[in-house]
Amino acid sequence: MITLKVALTKTKEELAEIKSELENLAKASDLNAYIGFENSGEGVPILIKDNIQVNGWSVTSGSKILQGYIAPYDATVITKLKSSGMMAFGRSNMDEFAMGSTTESSFYGITKNPYDISRVPGGSSGGAAAAVGGGIAIAALGSDTGGSIRQPAAYCGCVGMKPTYGRVSRYGLAAYASSLDQIGPITQNVEDAAILYDIIKGHDPRDSTSADIEDSKTVINENRKLTIAVIDNYISEASSDIQKAYSDTIKALQDAGHTIVHKNMQNTKYDIATYYILATAEAATNLARFDGVRYGRRAEASNVSDLYYNTRSEGFGDEVKRRILLGNFVLSSGYYDAYYLKAQRVRHLIRDEFNTIFNEADLILSPVAPSVAPKIGAVHDPLEMYKSDMYTIAINLAGLPALSLPVAKDSDGMPIGLQLIAKAFDEQTLFDGAASMEKAVKYTK
Amino acid sequence: MRFETVIGLEVHVQLNTKSKIFCSCPTSFAEHQNTNTCPVCLALPGALPVLNLEAVKKAMLFGNAVNATVNQKSIFNRKSYFYPDSPMAYQISQFDIPIVEHGELFVDLEDGSSKRIGITRAHLEADAGKNIHDGSISKVDLNRAGTPLLEIVSEPEMRSSEEAVAYLRKLHSIVRYLDISDANMQEGSFRCDVNVSIRPEGQEEFGTRVEIKNINSFRFVAAAIAYEVARQTEAYEDGIYESEVYQETRLWDVAKNATKSMRGKEDSADYRYFPDPDLRPVLVSEEMMEEAKHIPELPDAKVARYIQELGIKKDDALVITALKEMAYYFEEMLKSNINPKSAVTWLTSELLGRLNKAGLDITASPVDAATIATLISKIESDAVSGKGAKDVLDYMMENDERNIDTIIDKLGLAQVSDDGAILAIIEAVLNDNQDKVNEYKSGKDKLFGFFVGETMKRSKGSANPAKVNALLKEKLS
Repeated sequence: MITLKVALTKTKEELAEIKSELENLAKASDLNAYIGFENSGEGVPILIKDNIQVNGWSVTSGSKILQGYIAPYDATVITKLKSSGMMAFGRSNMDEFAMGSTTESSFYGITKNPYDISRVPGGSSGGAAAAVGGGIAIAALGSDTGGSIRQPAAYCGCVGMKPTYGRVSRYGLAAYASSLDQIGPITQNVEDAAILYDIIKGHDPRDSTSADIEDSKTVINENRKLTIAVIDNYISEASSDIQKAYSDTIKALQDAGHTIVHKNMQNTKYDIATYYILATAEAATNLARFDGVRYGRRAEASNVSDLYYNTRSEGFGDEVKRRILLGNFVLSSGYYDAYYLKAQRVRHLIRDEFNTIFNEADLILSPVAPSVAPKIGAVHDPLEMYKSDMYTIAINLAGLPALSLPVAKDSDGMPIGLQLIAKAFDEQTLFDGAASMEKAVKYTK
Repeated sequence: MRFETVIGLEVHVQLNTKSKIFCSCPTSFAEHQNTNTCPVCLALPGALPVLNLEAVKKAMLFGNAVNATVNQKSIFNRKSYFYPDSPMAYQISQFDIPIVEHGELFVDLEDGSSKRIGITRAHLEADAGKNIHDGSISKVDLNRAGTPLLEIVSEPEMRSSEEAVAYLRKLHSIVRYLDISDANMQEGSFRCDVNVSIRPEGQEEFGTRVEIKNINSFRFVAAAIAYEVARQTEAYEDGIYESEVYQETRLWDVAKNATKSMRGKEDSADYRYFPDPDLRPVLVSEEMMEEAKHIPELPDAKVARYIQELGIKKDDALVITALKEMAYYFEEMLKSNINPKSAVTWLTSELLGRLNKAGLDITASPVDAATIATLISKIESDAVSGKGAKDVLDYMMENDERNIDTIIDKLGLAQVSDDGAILAIIEAVLNDNQDKVNEYKSGKDKLFGFFVGETMKRSKGSANPAKVNALLKEKLS
């Protein structure tokens, strides 16, 4: 597939042709990456995760409960795409309400990994990553709450970037966990990621959490020599293939002239506990609005409490219900202090720990996931799935920007991705380092 | 056993901002249901709240008006509950740190005394929509959803319904003076929840508090408190206080003149408050803090000033300041440099009497303050008698003419104060009644009234009565 950079040089007529070619390819594909072929605007077609609102589209967050809902407005990122020579084309599959790491919990069925259709594409932005990795999308917008852009990008051999919290407007992103969610690009290479990021970023008065700070256009300098921290005690939990890719990448970065510093961080189990308390607390309230009263799918009922009960029982899948229950539990009176407040305090500690490392380093290098993409149906235990987020969720808790890119393949030919993490609002350094790393690792599709 | 009543009040005041608290939808009346709505107040997926600073400013004005602490940093929380009129299924409200804390106001009681009532807190929140029940169908109108509310919570420091109503009246008057709310009880822009408990006199510990929700008039507040006190007292005396009186929400049933239980004991709500991650903590600038200190003169200050500077009786001052519009009308009258006491009489008895009869309030008065002040100045300059002036006012209640001189002429009410003119009439009266003059002079004092009446009659009521009296005395001595 042509890159975003190249596509942006095409004429209107050429783009129309590319779009119809793309549509044919996607419809012929057995990945189930696309769940709709709506299009809006004109220009370079960008695939949109099913939780980003596009005016006039059915936008459902991969859920049964939103069947029948038509979004009456554009998310801020869609408005920005449309005014930058791009169009929204197609909805990509996702875990229901972005709650999952495999894209197996979608109402629209599972999406398959383009490198091995017996494997998952990762999640929750699995459809977007499978489409970009599988050559049926030029680029896509996903959302990342605990790794939902970076992890599927790593599983599908493409680039996924999560901006600093507050950098990209969340207006129009169906909320999972408001203090963690960020929209970001999934692309074929680092340069495309920077192009798409530059278009969607910026302060938005409609989002009170969007940062009102100056930011200039990203100009990638892959020759910058950076200090990159590696977290030694993190890597032992990853598979041997990942460990090997990690040490090879460290070597390649050193050979490219970067300085490596070795650091340790606290156990990732605190990240997981903190994340699943805060994210579910926010999610429980964010998803309370899906009550069957105003829009979406309404169940049969003869009184209002049955209306709620039946609509939500029938409309939500198991993982969503599990997280709503957990979130309501941690907010309940008598438990709030022990769970929610304590988790908030731990969140501050995690942020402080990152900041301490950034006193000495420009970037941190870390695995994205402890293994390559698992087989479809292999992850049964929700706790097992939560654990697989161990390398990604701390970055959301700290609000930092991070970028995942493929560095190698394992013996089965499955892509392995690693991520670079930067200081808050230092996306420039993130892209500089990522471009250099992309060149240094010499990954081939 | 004697019991003491303990009352605390929670008042929801709709702030009169132009747009809603978390979106730019208008708060004005909409002809059709669900038209003043947008993705935010409909709680569509992806929509986000943005705080309207006008609501914050109004809340801060209130804080300063009641000597409260205005918190430079406050926090919005999510308060979770499912109800069809609550589109997000959580209300955005301030819980951990409200914008206003630790205030007070002073209520005026019938015996002339004044009592301090503490204000625990006042916090900002979003109003809900309305559920409309139509036979077996229920409808939801979200035009009101997201209207800014200031919830003002008092300390449990009122001990009678009289104090509770006095507190409400004072609060009502303050928010109206500040122009932060229309505060119309019938229209729901000033809503009141009452917390009532009883305890044996002398007992320090509070009894069990019962909340009575959404009472829409001061009269019903008093009635609901009376009912609830009787119910709780009876339960205590019958030895069933523990089982009958428990912490619950009751509603005032206007038809039955009674409170009734709203939901059972077992459903005590857990609102699962936590800070709303969509809204950063409210950080008020120094400039806004300073700006909010500029509050208009409030009723207490006006009463004090009227008494001290204008020499007005306290009762009159309380009547005039009870309504902002009345106080402004009064102050407008004084701009014409008339005697403040005459202004009080003409406003509180003459004008108000006529307005009441016409079923109008001061804002709908057909005669404005400057006009009535001109009329009073005509009495003061002897151009018209007090009685004549009342006729002028009567005339203006019915007609459009507002030039006082024209009306005096038209009604023939011009008062003659010229000594020569009055003397001429007096001399004519005395000449025509020589016999009565003789009787008077021989001691029949009562005839003096006859001479006055005759003089006034011949002047067609236009002679200045004081002058007539004085000149007659002189002539007959």
